[in-house]
Amino acid sequence: MNTHILRELPVERARTRIRVRVVSMLAPLTVTAGIVWAFVQPYRLTLLHPYGQGFWWLAIEPPLLVCFAGVVFGYFVARPLIADLEGQDDGTA
Amino acid sequence: MEPPSEMVHWFFGTGVLMLGLLMLAEVIVGREVWAQRHWRIYLWPGLAFGLGVLMWPVMTFFTNSAIHMVAHGAWAQALMAMGGAELGLAKGKLKSRWWKLATPVGIGVSGAAFLIHEQNGWYFARSAFLHHLVGWTLIGASVVALTLVFRPRSLAMQTAFALAVIALSVMLFSDRDLAPVFGHLSPLAGAPHR
Repeated sequence: MNTHILRELPVERARTRIRVRVVSMLAPLTVTAGIVWAFVQPYRLTLLHPYGQGFWWLAIEPPLLVCFAGVVFGYFVARPLIADLEGQDDGTA
Repeated sequence: MEPPSEMVHWFFGTGVLMLGLLMLAEVIVGREVWAQRHWRIYLWPGLAFGLGVLMWPVMTFFTNSAIHMVAHGAWAQALMAMGGAELGLAKGKLKSRWWKLATPVGIGVSGAAFLIHEQNGWYFARSAFLHHLVGWTLIGASVVALTLVFRPRSLAMQTAFALAVIALSVMLFSDRDLAPVFGHLSPLAGAPHR
């Protein structure tokens, strides 16, 4: 029996779990950054004072763009990535 | 109906933020897991190429001097060459690892273009400050990318590169057409708006 391999498996699984945790935090952190920015600089959100604003000022609001990037990343990239990492973790279990 | 130029910077800031998140995620999970789904390996090179394509309309509609036009044209070409080379490498059509040099060269050219086309000092206005900061950040990032050509598995360099891209997006989001920087605004710049 190779005890070296037996010792390495839990270490590898622990590493995978840390990776899952870090990847799953990227999107929420990005969205949180956008929300914090909106609170710190509310005047960057034209939706809060929409009267008399043109199309672009209503459509493009930087804190919302940051939130949008976080949501898109979380849904389309992080989710399948976490599934793959967890699949790998199951494979080593 | 054209948006103000600061909004174009925010648009690109969103794209660059996505680029940085993709790079960071790849560093965290490792190349092997990242490549498990085939479409994923094309994500960031494709996005870089797309940003290069989108730079052409910016060059056409949002530049007001020859030097601005040349700088934006240089970025468009550099981003497309970088994204194209990385796409070719990801697909396996390009075999030589020297194609990886397209990334540091592209980023270096972009940094130089930023520094050369900004004719005002650091504290002239926020946009001038950010042009200098972005330029030097890109020059630094190109050195990191060059190191990655020779040490592609260096985790520290991969992380530094991804974080530099995210920092770049923060700089692009901070851009305003006319605003002070740390309380400094040259009277020659004009009156700041909201």
